[in-house]
Amino acid sequence: MTRRRVVITGVGAVTPLGVGADVLLRRWVAGEQGIADGEGACRDFVASDHLSKKEIRRADRFAHFAMTAADEALAVGGWSDELPYAPERISCVLATGIGGLGSLEAQHDLLRDSGPKAVSPLSVPLFMPNAGAGTLSMRYGLHGQSFSVASACAAGSHAIGVATRMIQYGDADAVLTGGGEATLTPLARASFEAAGALSPSGISRPFDERRDGFVMGEGAGILLLEDAERAAARGATVYGEVLGYGSTSDAYHLTAAEPEGRHAAQAIRLALADAGRSAAEIDYVNAHGTSTQINDASETAAIKLALGEQLAREIPVSSTKSATGHLLGAAGAVEAIATLMALRERTLPPTVGLEQQDPALDLDYVPLTARPFTPRGERPVALSNSFGFGGHNVVLCLEAIGRPDAERPHQNAGLDASREVTI
Amino acid sequence: MAATTPEAVEARIVEALASFGPDIESVTPEATFEELDIDSLDLVELAQIVEDDYGVELKGDDMKSLKTVGDAIELVVARSS
Repeated sequence: MTRRRVVITGVGAVTPLGVGADVLLRRWVAGEQGIADGEGACRDFVASDHLSKKEIRRADRFAHFAMTAADEALAVGGWSDELPYAPERISCVLATGIGGLGSLEAQHDLLRDSGPKAVSPLSVPLFMPNAGAGTLSMRYGLHGQSFSVASACAAGSHAIGVATRMIQYGDADAVLTGGGEATLTPLARASFEAAGALSPSGISRPFDERRDGFVMGEGAGILLLEDAERAAARGATVYGEVLGYGSTSDAYHLTAAEPEGRHAAQAIRLALADAGRSAAEIDYVNAHGTSTQINDASETAAIKLALGEQLAREIPVSSTKSATGHLLGAAGAVEAIATLMALRERTLPPTVGLEQQDPALDLDYVPLTARPFTPRGERPVALSNSFGFGGHNVVLCLEAIGRPDAERPHQNAGLDASREVTI
Repeated sequence: MAATTPEAVEARIVEALASFGPDIESVTPEATFEELDIDSLDLVELAQIVEDDYGVELKGDDMKSLKTVGDAIELVVARSS
Protein backbone atom coordinates (compact mmCIF):
# COMPACT_ATOMS: atom_id res chain seq x y z
CA MET A 1 0.00 0.00 0.00
CA THR A 2 1.39 3.40 -0.89
CA ARG A 3 1.68 5.93 1.87
CA ARG A 4 -0.82 8.76 1.99
CA ARG A 5 0.77 12.04 0.95
CA VAL A 6 0.51 15.03 3.24
CA VAL A 7 0.10 18.48 1.74
CA ILE A 8 0.17 21.94 3.25
CA THR A 9 -2.94 23.89 2.35
CA GLY A 10 -2.75 26.78 4.79
CA VAL A 11 -0.26 28.68 6.90
CA GLY A 12 -0.51 31.43 9.47
CA ALA A 13 2.00 33.20 11.67
CA VAL A 14 2.38 35.74 14.41
CA THR A 15 6.02 36.68 14.81
CA PRO A 16 8.25 39.55 15.92
CA LEU A 17 8.22 40.58 12.24
CA GLY A 18 4.47 41.15 12.33
CA VAL A 19 1.08 39.48 12.22
CA GLY A 20 0.76 37.17 9.23
CA ALA A 21 2.84 34.75 7.20
CA ASP A 22 3.36 37.21 4.35
CA VAL A 23 5.00 39.84 6.52
CA LEU A 24 7.26 37.20 8.05
CA LEU A 25 8.73 36.29 4.68
CA ARG A 26 8.68 39.78 3.20
CA ARG A 27 10.58 41.37 6.06
CA TRP A 28 13.00 38.49 6.47
CA VAL A 29 13.85 38.53 2.76
CA ALA A 30 14.37 42.29 3.05
CA GLY A 31 16.99 41.59 5.72
CA GLU A 32 14.96 43.16 8.52
CA GLN A 33 14.88 42.05 12.14
CA GLY A 34 11.98 41.96 14.58
CA ILE A 35 14.31 42.29 17.53
CA ALA A 36 14.40 45.32 19.80
CA ASP A 37 16.03 45.76 23.18
CA GLY A 38 17.47 42.28 22.91
CA GLU A 39 14.13 40.49 22.48
CA GLY A 40 11.85 39.44 19.67
CA ALA A 41 8.51 40.55 21.06
CA CYS A 42 5.40 40.51 18.88
CA ARG A 43 4.96 44.26 19.18
CA ASP A 44 2.47 44.51 16.34
CA PHE A 45 0.15 41.97 17.92
CA VAL A 46 -2.88 43.43 19.68
CA ALA A 47 -4.95 40.57 21.03
CA SER A 48 -8.23 42.50 20.93
CA ASP A 49 -7.83 43.02 17.17
CA HIS A 50 -8.20 39.28 16.70
CA LEU A 51 -9.93 37.78 19.74
CA SER A 52 -12.94 38.49 21.92
CA LYS A 53 -12.62 39.67 25.49
CA LYS A 54 -13.59 36.20 26.68
CA GLU A 55 -11.06 34.47 24.42
CA ILE A 56 -8.33 36.75 25.69
CA ARG A 57 -9.20 36.10 29.33
CA ARG A 58 -9.50 32.37 28.82
CA ALA A 59 -6.11 31.84 27.25
CA ASP A 60 -2.47 32.66 27.82
CA ARG A 61 -0.61 34.84 25.34
CA PHE A 62 0.94 31.78 23.67
CA ALA A 63 -2.54 30.54 22.85
CA HIS A 64 -3.58 34.02 21.68
CA PHE A 65 -0.81 33.81 19.12
CA ALA A 66 -1.84 30.28 18.16
CA MET A 67 -5.52 31.18 17.71
CA THR A 68 -4.67 34.16 15.55
CA ALA A 69 -2.24 32.19 13.40
CA ALA A 70 -4.74 29.32 13.12
CA ASP A 71 -7.46 31.69 11.89
CA GLU A 72 -5.07 32.81 9.17
CA ALA A 73 -4.07 29.25 8.24
CA LEU A 74 -7.69 28.17 7.91
CA ALA A 75 -8.56 31.27 5.89
CA VAL A 76 -5.67 30.54 3.54
CA GLY A 77 -6.90 26.96 3.34
CA GLY A 78 -10.34 28.15 2.35
CA TRP A 79 -11.99 26.52 5.34
CA SER A 80 -15.18 28.09 6.61
CA ASP A 81 -17.89 27.38 9.18
CA GLU A 82 -18.54 24.08 7.53
CA LEU A 83 -15.51 21.84 8.01
CA PRO A 84 -14.54 19.98 4.83
CA TYR A 85 -14.13 16.67 6.68
CA ALA A 86 -15.88 14.90 9.51
CA PRO A 87 -14.82 16.70 12.71
CA GLU A 88 -13.72 13.34 14.15
CA ARG A 89 -11.18 13.10 11.30
CA ILE A 90 -9.56 16.47 12.03
CA SER A 91 -6.85 16.62 14.67
CA CYS A 92 -4.83 19.29 16.39
CA VAL A 93 -1.22 18.88 17.47
CA LEU A 94 0.29 22.02 18.90
CA ALA A 95 3.81 22.53 20.16
CA THR A 96 5.03 24.68 22.98
CA GLY A 97 8.35 24.75 24.71
CA ILE A 98 7.11 25.92 28.08
CA GLY A 99 3.39 26.73 27.91
CA GLY A 100 1.70 29.66 29.62
CA LEU A 101 4.62 30.76 31.73
CA GLY A 102 3.42 34.37 32.07
CA SER A 103 0.13 33.15 33.52
CA LEU A 104 1.93 30.78 35.86
CA GLU A 105 4.19 33.55 37.15
CA ALA A 106 1.27 35.92 37.69
CA GLN A 107 -0.73 33.34 39.60
CA HIS A 108 2.27 32.38 41.66
CA ASP A 109 2.67 36.04 42.63
CA LEU A 110 -0.95 36.00 43.82
CA LEU A 111 -0.39 32.77 45.76
CA ARG A 112 2.70 34.17 47.48
CA ASP A 113 1.29 37.63 48.18
CA SER A 114 -2.38 36.93 48.90
CA GLY A 115 -2.69 33.23 49.68
CA PRO A 116 -4.32 30.27 47.95
CA LYS A 117 -7.79 31.80 47.83
CA ALA A 118 -6.56 34.49 45.47
CA VAL A 119 -5.50 31.96 42.83
CA SER A 120 -7.75 31.94 39.78
CA PRO A 121 -9.59 28.76 38.81
CA LEU A 122 -8.33 29.55 35.32
CA SER A 123 -4.69 29.21 36.39
CA VAL A 124 -3.93 25.67 35.29
CA PRO A 125 -6.20 25.87 32.22
CA LEU A 126 -4.21 28.95 31.19
CA PHE A 127 -0.69 27.71 31.74
CA MET A 128 -0.92 24.00 31.00
CA PRO A 129 1.16 23.23 27.90
CA ASN A 130 -1.77 21.55 26.16
CA ALA A 131 -3.97 24.65 26.55
CA GLY A 132 -3.19 25.73 23.02
CA ALA A 133 -4.28 22.42 21.50
CA GLY A 134 -7.43 22.33 23.61
CA THR A 135 -8.27 25.91 22.76
CA LEU A 136 -7.88 25.36 19.03
CA SER A 137 -9.90 22.14 19.00
CA MET A 138 -12.73 23.95 20.82
CA ARG A 139 -12.48 27.04 18.66
CA TYR A 140 -13.06 25.10 15.45
CA GLY A 141 -14.97 22.06 16.75
CA LEU A 142 -12.27 19.54 15.87
CA HIS A 143 -13.05 16.15 17.41
CA GLY A 144 -10.01 14.16 16.28
CA GLN A 145 -7.15 13.63 18.70
CA SER A 146 -5.60 16.78 20.07
CA PHE A 147 -2.62 17.22 22.33
CA SER A 148 0.52 19.22 22.79
CA VAL A 149 4.08 18.33 21.94
CA ALA A 150 6.73 19.59 24.30
CA SER A 151 10.34 19.14 23.24
CA ALA A 152 11.67 22.64 23.90
CA CYS A 153 13.02 24.28 20.78
CA ALA A 154 12.41 21.20 18.64
CA ALA A 155 8.71 21.07 19.47
CA GLY A 156 7.33 22.98 16.48
CA SER A 157 8.96 20.57 14.06
CA HIS A 158 8.02 17.55 16.16
CA ALA A 159 4.38 18.67 16.01
CA ILE A 160 4.49 18.85 12.21
CA GLY A 161 6.19 15.45 12.07
CA VAL A 162 3.64 13.82 14.35
CA ALA A 163 0.78 15.47 12.47
CA THR A 164 2.20 14.18 9.21
CA ARG A 165 2.36 10.65 10.57
CA MET A 166 -1.27 10.88 11.73
CA ILE A 167 -2.39 11.60 8.20
CA GLN A 168 -0.03 9.07 6.63
CA TYR A 169 -1.25 6.38 9.01
CA GLY A 170 -4.87 7.21 8.30
CA ASP A 171 -5.74 8.42 11.78
CA ALA A 172 -6.75 11.84 10.49
CA ASP A 173 -7.64 13.47 7.19
CA ALA A 174 -6.45 16.90 8.28
CA VAL A 175 -4.41 18.24 11.18
CA LEU A 176 -4.06 21.76 12.42
CA THR A 177 -0.51 21.87 13.70
CA GLY A 178 2.38 24.13 14.60
CA GLY A 179 3.43 25.83 17.79
CA GLY A 180 2.97 28.81 20.05
CA GLU A 181 5.25 30.38 22.62
CA ALA A 182 5.14 33.46 24.85
CA THR A 183 7.88 33.35 27.43
CA LEU A 184 9.31 36.85 27.48
CA THR A 185 8.96 36.70 31.25
CA PRO A 186 11.32 37.35 34.15
CA LEU A 187 11.63 33.66 35.02
CA ALA A 188 12.44 32.49 31.49
CA ARG A 189 14.90 35.33 31.00
CA ALA A 190 16.66 34.59 34.28
CA SER A 191 16.75 30.87 33.60
CA PHE A 192 18.12 31.06 30.06
CA GLU A 193 20.59 33.66 31.20
CA ALA A 194 21.75 31.50 34.08
CA ALA A 195 22.18 28.60 31.68
CA GLY A 196 24.42 30.78 29.55
CA ALA A 197 22.18 30.40 26.50
CA LEU A 198 20.92 33.96 26.18
CA SER A 199 22.89 36.58 24.26
CA PRO A 200 24.35 39.23 26.60
CA SER A 201 24.70 41.58 23.64
CA GLY A 202 21.07 41.03 22.65
CA ILE A 203 22.09 40.44 19.05
CA SER A 204 21.03 37.42 17.04
CA ARG A 205 23.76 36.74 14.48
CA PRO A 206 24.01 33.03 13.77
CA PHE A 207 27.28 31.73 12.31
CA ASP A 208 29.03 35.04 13.03
CA GLU A 209 32.26 34.73 15.01
CA ARG A 210 30.92 37.32 17.47
CA ARG A 211 27.75 35.34 18.25
CA ASP A 212 27.15 35.09 21.97
CA GLY A 213 23.85 33.33 22.52
CA PHE A 214 20.25 33.34 21.37
CA VAL A 215 17.80 36.20 21.53
CA MET A 216 14.46 35.10 22.92
CA GLY A 217 11.40 35.68 20.77
CA GLU A 218 7.71 34.83 20.92
CA GLY A 219 4.93 34.02 18.50
CA ALA A 220 3.18 31.18 16.72
CA GLY A 221 3.19 29.38 13.44
CA ILE A 222 0.28 27.21 12.34
CA LEU A 223 0.04 24.91 9.34
CA LEU A 224 -2.99 23.19 7.93
CA LEU A 225 -2.01 19.71 6.75
CA GLU A 226 -4.34 17.55 4.70
CA ASP A 227 -4.35 14.17 3.04
CA ALA A 228 -3.33 15.01 -0.53
CA GLU A 229 -6.13 13.08 -2.20
CA ARG A 230 -8.82 14.65 -0.10
CA ALA A 231 -7.34 18.10 -0.52
CA ALA A 232 -7.36 17.62 -4.28
CA ALA A 233 -10.93 16.34 -4.16
CA ARG A 234 -12.13 19.48 -2.43
CA GLY A 235 -10.20 21.64 -4.89
CA ALA A 236 -7.81 23.05 -2.31
CA THR A 237 -4.85 25.17 -3.32
CA VAL A 238 -1.76 23.22 -2.32
CA TYR A 239 1.29 25.19 -1.22
CA GLY A 240 3.63 22.37 -0.38
CA GLU A 241 4.14 18.84 0.79
CA VAL A 242 5.74 17.36 3.89
CA LEU A 243 7.98 14.83 2.20
CA GLY A 244 9.93 13.59 5.15
CA TYR A 245 10.40 13.66 8.89
CA GLY A 246 13.36 12.42 10.88
CA SER A 247 14.00 12.64 14.60
CA THR A 248 16.70 11.44 16.96
CA SER A 249 18.06 12.21 20.42
CA ASP A 250 21.58 13.12 21.46
CA ALA A 251 21.32 11.39 24.86
CA TYR A 252 24.30 13.56 25.73
CA HIS A 253 23.56 16.67 27.80
CA LEU A 254 20.49 18.45 29.17
CA THR A 255 21.15 21.72 27.38
CA ALA A 256 24.22 21.37 25.15
CA ALA A 257 24.13 19.82 21.71
CA GLU A 258 26.48 16.91 21.04
CA PRO A 259 29.41 18.84 19.51
CA GLU A 260 30.07 16.54 16.56
CA GLY A 261 26.42 16.68 15.50
CA ARG A 262 26.28 12.93 14.97
CA HIS A 263 22.68 12.44 16.02
CA ALA A 264 21.48 15.65 14.43
CA ALA A 265 23.11 14.35 11.23
CA GLN A 266 21.23 11.10 11.64
CA ALA A 267 17.96 13.05 11.89
CA ILE A 268 18.82 14.71 8.57
CA ARG A 269 19.52 11.31 7.01
CA LEU A 270 16.27 9.92 8.35
CA ALA A 271 14.29 12.86 6.96
CA LEU A 272 15.89 12.39 3.54
CA ALA A 273 15.25 8.64 3.60
CA ASP A 274 11.66 9.23 4.69
CA ALA A 275 11.25 11.65 1.80
CA GLY A 276 12.91 9.26 -0.63
CA ARG A 277 15.25 12.06 -1.69
CA SER A 278 19.01 12.30 -1.89
CA ALA A 279 21.16 15.08 -0.51
CA ALA A 280 21.84 16.20 -4.09
CA GLU A 281 18.17 17.10 -4.48
CA ILE A 282 18.16 19.63 -1.62
CA ASP A 283 17.96 23.29 -2.63
CA TYR A 284 18.14 24.89 0.80
CA VAL A 285 18.60 24.11 4.48
CA ASN A 286 16.73 26.20 7.01
CA ALA A 287 19.09 25.95 9.96
CA HIS A 288 18.15 25.80 13.59
CA GLY A 289 20.85 28.50 13.70
CA THR A 290 20.34 29.88 17.19
CA SER A 291 23.39 32.16 17.41
CA THR A 292 24.88 30.20 20.30
CA GLN A 293 28.50 29.16 19.94
CA ILE A 294 27.75 25.51 20.35
CA ASN A 295 24.62 25.15 18.22
CA ASP A 296 25.94 26.85 15.14
CA ALA A 297 29.14 24.81 15.26
CA SER A 298 27.54 21.44 15.97
CA GLU A 299 24.79 22.10 13.42
CA THR A 300 27.35 22.92 10.76
CA ALA A 301 29.12 19.66 11.61
CA ALA A 302 25.83 17.77 11.40
CA ILE A 303 24.98 19.21 7.99
CA LYS A 304 28.39 18.20 6.66
CA LEU A 305 28.15 14.71 8.13
CA ALA A 306 24.72 14.12 6.64
CA LEU A 307 25.04 15.78 3.24
CA GLY A 308 28.74 15.20 2.65
CA GLU A 309 31.41 17.93 2.66
CA GLN A 310 31.03 18.96 -0.95
CA LEU A 311 27.23 19.16 -1.13
CA ALA A 312 27.12 20.79 2.28
CA ARG A 313 29.29 23.60 0.96
CA GLU A 314 27.11 24.02 -2.12
CA ILE A 315 23.68 24.00 -0.51
CA PRO A 316 22.67 27.37 0.94
CA VAL A 317 21.87 27.42 4.65
CA SER A 318 20.28 30.30 6.56
CA SER A 319 18.66 31.01 9.90
CA THR A 320 15.20 32.50 10.40
CA LYS A 321 16.24 33.27 13.98
CA SER A 322 18.57 35.95 12.62
CA ALA A 323 15.39 37.91 11.83
CA THR A 324 12.95 36.78 14.53
CA GLY A 325 15.05 35.68 17.48
CA HIS A 326 14.36 32.26 18.92
CA LEU A 327 10.67 31.39 19.18
CA LEU A 328 11.45 28.23 21.19
CA GLY A 329 8.55 25.79 20.81
CA ALA A 330 7.06 27.84 17.97
CA ALA A 331 10.34 28.14 16.09
CA GLY A 332 10.14 24.95 14.04
CA ALA A 333 6.63 25.76 12.83
CA VAL A 334 7.39 29.38 11.97
CA GLU A 335 10.55 28.28 10.19
CA ALA A 336 8.77 25.57 8.20
CA ILE A 337 6.30 28.23 7.03
CA ALA A 338 9.03 30.72 6.16
CA THR A 339 10.97 28.00 4.34
CA LEU A 340 7.98 26.91 2.31
CA MET A 341 7.09 30.45 1.31
CA ALA A 342 10.67 31.31 0.41
CA LEU A 343 10.93 28.23 -1.81
CA ARG A 344 7.72 29.18 -3.56
CA GLU A 345 9.20 32.58 -4.28
CA ARG A 346 12.47 30.99 -5.46
CA THR A 347 14.24 33.12 -2.87
CA LEU A 348 16.98 32.16 -0.43
CA PRO A 349 16.35 34.30 2.65
CA PRO A 350 19.44 35.66 4.34
CA THR A 351 21.15 35.13 7.65
CA VAL A 352 20.60 38.67 8.87
CA GLY A 353 23.46 40.30 10.76
CA LEU A 354 26.07 37.82 9.53
CA GLU A 355 28.88 40.29 8.91
CA GLN A 356 31.89 38.37 10.20
CA GLN A 357 31.44 34.71 9.43
CA ASP A 358 33.15 32.41 11.90
CA PRO A 359 36.17 31.09 9.99
CA ALA A 360 35.59 27.67 11.55
CA LEU A 361 32.12 27.54 9.97
CA ASP A 362 32.48 27.16 6.26
CA LEU A 363 29.06 26.71 4.67
CA ASP A 364 27.14 29.17 2.51
CA TYR A 365 24.99 30.87 5.13
CA VAL A 366 23.47 33.40 2.70
CA PRO A 367 24.93 36.36 4.61
CA LEU A 368 22.94 39.58 4.86
CA THR A 369 21.22 39.58 1.48
CA ALA A 370 18.57 37.33 -0.01
CA ARG A 371 19.19 35.92 -3.44
CA PRO A 372 17.21 34.07 -6.06
CA PHE A 373 17.78 30.42 -6.87
CA THR A 374 16.83 27.88 -9.48
CA PRO A 375 15.57 24.58 -8.12
CA ARG A 376 17.73 21.57 -8.79
CA GLY A 377 14.68 19.48 -9.61
CA GLU A 378 11.18 20.14 -10.86
CA ARG A 379 10.12 21.63 -7.54
CA PRO A 380 12.22 23.17 -4.79
CA VAL A 381 12.98 20.99 -1.78
CA ALA A 382 14.37 22.07 1.58
CA LEU A 383 15.34 20.67 4.93
CA SER A 384 14.33 22.46 8.11
CA ASN A 385 16.34 21.65 11.23
CA SER A 386 15.17 22.03 14.83
CA PHE A 387 17.05 21.01 17.95
CA GLY A 388 15.97 21.33 21.56
CA PHE A 389 17.16 21.36 25.15
CA GLY A 390 16.99 17.74 26.17
CA GLY A 391 18.91 16.63 23.10
CA HIS A 392 15.96 16.47 20.72
CA ASN A 393 16.74 16.61 17.01
CA VAL A 394 14.07 17.00 14.34
CA VAL A 395 14.40 17.51 10.62
CA LEU A 396 11.61 18.07 8.13
CA CYS A 397 11.93 17.70 4.38
CA LEU A 398 9.55 20.07 2.63
CA GLU A 399 8.68 20.55 -1.00
CA ALA A 400 7.10 23.72 -2.33
CA ILE A 401 4.25 23.47 -4.78
CA GLY A 402 3.09 26.31 -7.00
CA ARG A 403 4.38 29.84 -7.23
CA PRO A 404 2.72 32.95 -5.86
CA ASP A 405 3.25 34.99 -9.02
CA ALA A 406 1.39 32.34 -11.01
CA GLU A 407 -1.54 32.44 -8.60
CA ARG A 408 -1.76 36.19 -8.13
CA PRO A 409 -0.21 38.10 -10.98
CA HIS A 410 -0.67 41.46 -9.30
CA GLN A 411 1.10 40.66 -6.08
CA ASN A 412 4.58 39.46 -5.49
CA ALA A 413 4.49 37.60 -2.26
CA GLY A 414 2.75 35.08 -0.25
CA LEU A 415 -0.52 33.40 0.35
CA ASP A 416 -3.99 34.81 0.32
CA ALA A 417 -5.44 35.27 3.78
CA SER A 418 -7.82 38.02 2.81
CA ARG A 419 -10.88 35.83 3.19
CA GLU A 420 -12.60 36.16 6.52
CA VAL A 421 -12.83 33.12 8.71
CA THR A 422 -16.03 33.00 10.64
CA ILE A 423 -15.70 29.69 12.36
CA MET B 1 -15.90 46.16 52.88
CA ALA B 2 -18.05 47.37 50.00
CA ALA B 3 -21.58 48.64 50.48
CA THR B 4 -24.16 45.87 50.53
CA THR B 5 -27.23 47.69 49.34
CA PRO B 6 -28.94 45.69 46.55
CA GLU B 7 -28.04 48.47 44.10
CA ALA B 8 -24.37 48.44 45.06
CA VAL B 9 -24.19 44.63 44.94
CA GLU B 10 -25.91 44.60 41.54
CA ALA B 11 -23.50 47.17 40.14
CA ARG B 12 -20.49 45.21 41.40
CA ILE B 13 -21.71 41.85 40.12
CA VAL B 14 -22.68 43.28 36.74
CA GLU B 15 -19.27 44.87 36.42
CA ALA B 16 -17.52 41.62 37.38
CA LEU B 17 -19.53 39.52 34.96
CA ALA B 18 -18.98 42.01 32.15
CA SER B 19 -15.25 41.77 32.75
CA PHE B 20 -15.52 38.04 31.97
CA GLY B 21 -16.67 38.67 28.40
CA PRO B 22 -20.31 39.66 27.80
CA ASP B 23 -21.29 43.21 26.84
CA ILE B 24 -22.26 45.09 29.96
CA GLU B 25 -25.67 45.99 28.46
CA SER B 26 -26.54 42.31 28.24
CA VAL B 27 -25.78 41.69 31.92
CA THR B 28 -29.22 42.33 33.41
CA PRO B 29 -30.75 40.66 36.47
CA GLU B 30 -32.99 38.62 34.16
CA ALA B 31 -30.14 37.34 32.00
CA THR B 32 -29.21 33.72 32.52
CA PHE B 33 -25.59 32.66 32.85
CA GLU B 34 -26.15 30.33 29.92
CA GLU B 35 -27.20 33.24 27.70
CA LEU B 36 -24.17 35.21 28.80
CA ASP B 37 -21.83 32.27 28.17
CA ILE B 38 -20.78 32.40 31.81
CA ASP B 39 -19.64 28.94 32.87
CA SER B 40 -18.63 27.21 36.07
CA LEU B 41 -15.08 28.61 35.97
CA ASP B 42 -16.43 32.15 35.65
CA LEU B 43 -18.74 31.55 38.61
CA VAL B 44 -15.81 30.46 40.75
CA GLU B 45 -14.09 33.72 39.86
CA LEU B 46 -17.28 35.62 40.69
CA ALA B 47 -17.34 33.87 44.06
CA GLN B 48 -13.76 35.01 44.70
CA ILE B 49 -14.67 38.60 43.92
CA VAL B 50 -17.75 38.46 46.12
CA GLU B 51 -15.74 37.04 48.97
CA ASP B 52 -13.07 39.72 48.61
CA ASP B 53 -15.58 42.55 48.44
CA TYR B 54 -18.34 41.42 50.80
CA GLY B 55 -16.80 38.69 52.93
CA VAL B 56 -19.48 36.32 51.70
CA GLU B 57 -18.14 32.85 51.12
CA LEU B 58 -20.00 31.04 48.36
CA LYS B 59 -19.49 27.31 48.02
CA GLY B 60 -19.78 25.18 44.92
CA ASP B 61 -23.30 24.09 45.83
CA ASP B 62 -24.39 27.72 46.23
CA MET B 63 -23.11 28.52 42.77
CA LYS B 64 -24.71 25.50 41.13
CA SER B 65 -28.19 26.69 42.07
CA LEU B 66 -27.67 30.07 40.41
CA LYS B 67 -29.30 30.44 37.01
CA THR B 68 -29.56 34.19 36.51
CA VAL B 69 -27.61 37.30 37.37
CA GLY B 70 -30.50 38.24 39.67
CA ASP B 71 -30.07 34.95 41.56
CA ALA B 72 -26.47 35.84 42.30
CA ILE B 73 -27.34 39.38 43.41
CA GLU B 74 -30.08 38.11 45.74
CA LEU B 75 -27.84 35.49 47.27
CA VAL B 76 -25.06 37.97 48.01
CA VAL B 77 -27.44 40.55 49.43
CA ALA B 78 -29.10 37.93 51.67
CA ARG B 79 -25.78 36.51 52.91
CA SER B 80 -24.17 39.87 53.56
CA SER B 81 -26.99 41.39 55.57
